[in-house]
Amino acid sequence: MSADSRLHAGGAGLTGLIASIKAVFKLPNDDPRKTLAVALVLCLACSMVVSATAVSLRPLQERKAALALKSEIVEVAGLGSAELGLDEAFAQIETRLVDLDNGRFVEGVDALSYSYRDAAKNPAASTALSESDPAGITRRPDRMPVYLVRDAGQLETIILPIYGAGLWSTMHGLLALAPDGRTVKALTFYEQRETAGLGSEVAGERWLSEWPGKVLLDTSGEPVIEVVKGNVDPNAPNAEHRVDGLSGATLTSNGVTNLMRFWLGPQGYGPFLATVSSRERG
Amino acid sequence: MANTSVRLLLEPIVDKNPITLQILGICSALAVTTKLAPAITMSIALTAVLIGSSLIISLIRRHMPSSIRIIIQMTIIASLVILVDQILQAFAYELSKQLSVFVGLIITNCIVLGRAEAFASKNPPWPSFLDALGHGIGYSVILIGVAAIRELLGSGSLLGVQVLPLVKEGGWYEPNGLMLLAPGAFFIIGLMIWALRTWKPEQLEKPEYRIHVVHRTEAQ
Repeated sequence: MSADSRLHAGGAGLTGLIASIKAVFKLPNDDPRKTLAVALVLCLACSMVVSATAVSLRPLQERKAALALKSEIVEVAGLGSAELGLDEAFAQIETRLVDLDNGRFVEGVDALSYSYRDAAKNPAASTALSESDPAGITRRPDRMPVYLVRDAGQLETIILPIYGAGLWSTMHGLLALAPDGRTVKALTFYEQRETAGLGSEVAGERWLSEWPGKVLLDTSGEPVIEVVKGNVDPNAPNAEHRVDGLSGATLTSNGVTNLMRFWLGPQGYGPFLATVSSRERG
Repeated sequence: MANTSVRLLLEPIVDKNPITLQILGICSALAVTTKLAPAITMSIALTAVLIGSSLIISLIRRHMPSSIRIIIQMTIIASLVILVDQILQAFAYELSKQLSVFVGLIITNCIVLGRAEAFASKNPPWPSFLDALGHGIGYSVILIGVAAIRELLGSGSLLGVQVLPLVKEGGWYEPNGLMLLAPGAFFIIGLMIWALRTWKPEQLEKPEYRIHVVHRTEAQ
């Protein structure tokens, strides 16, 4: 029986199916049926391997990512040191959940296990930003974690998670503020996929070291921080509100301006920062 | 037979090095070589993908319809690259962040598709394995060499350990910032190619044209 006729004869139960599959693979390579069959088998095999790996490694990846986030928080809090282990250092930081709409702490919820990324996908835990979405995040979680560092009861540092769209990717970062809620103590972007060598400098030490000391809000509490094109004239009156742009990465720089203004504004941590700074003053 | 195996394995390391002779894979050789650690990870990742893709493609070479063979090769390579990327994220999170897009870009690394198309699709698995391993080592040797020079001269360290004490930390070494930029890698690779071709003149390419001095009387 030729391969071709067996192909048509096949069909009687499983043995018939196997026989016809075998027959297809005996066809000459350039037969369109064989081409289709090879493509189908290959795609099935590859997709199964890829999805099996992705699913089986996800718990491990998430644990690693959570650990890395912890160490980023410790680092940006200025507690990173060789003497203290990561867990000990992290234990000194108070993790709280803030209701962004009224700026108050949410009590009775485990802030450590809260994931703002999951919340942003959950319609019940987030708000759609249909009218104004400068940070390009589509939905804003209703609650965000904040990390507070105290020294002998006195608030020293407020760490806010921030994120928003750059040129290619969503950039996730941590912003450490002084207790006045306006002055930057440190900034980091721990996750971004901007253009390597240009936009990716957003996570580079050289650029991030420009931020400490910058004042994000004006006296009325309005976010005025701006990443400008080129260099900032240190003698200009508004130099404390301006940061040098990343050369060759204007859109990434604009993304940082936009996400800063969004997260510090009324839709972001604005209400929370207002209460914190008034509490500090009073 | 043993001779052919050794030749398949060793030839791509010096005589037919994918970077210095074939000038392939330059993009990643520039991008991931500012520090030694990511360069080593990238070398291992590329070698793993290269061996895997060569083996699989060699195994199915008799069933590859020629009209879709490049797509088949790319699909296999892409799946392997995703596999490597996932494994790196799970077991070497920091490094996978440093390598960022470059692991993904192994898909477009000409060395991998080049070996699949030029060798693995025409040869049995064992020679394909050796060929892939050889090319992986050839790529790694250059990558690691360039990265060692760049990290040493650019940051005064090797694998993150300070070797040359920096001026700003009270030492004597002023780091060469050029080494941390892409041109630094170009210069190093250029110098390596020069040195290699001086040592092995048979690697020299024939000039595409030669200026021929014509005497005035000949021209008429």
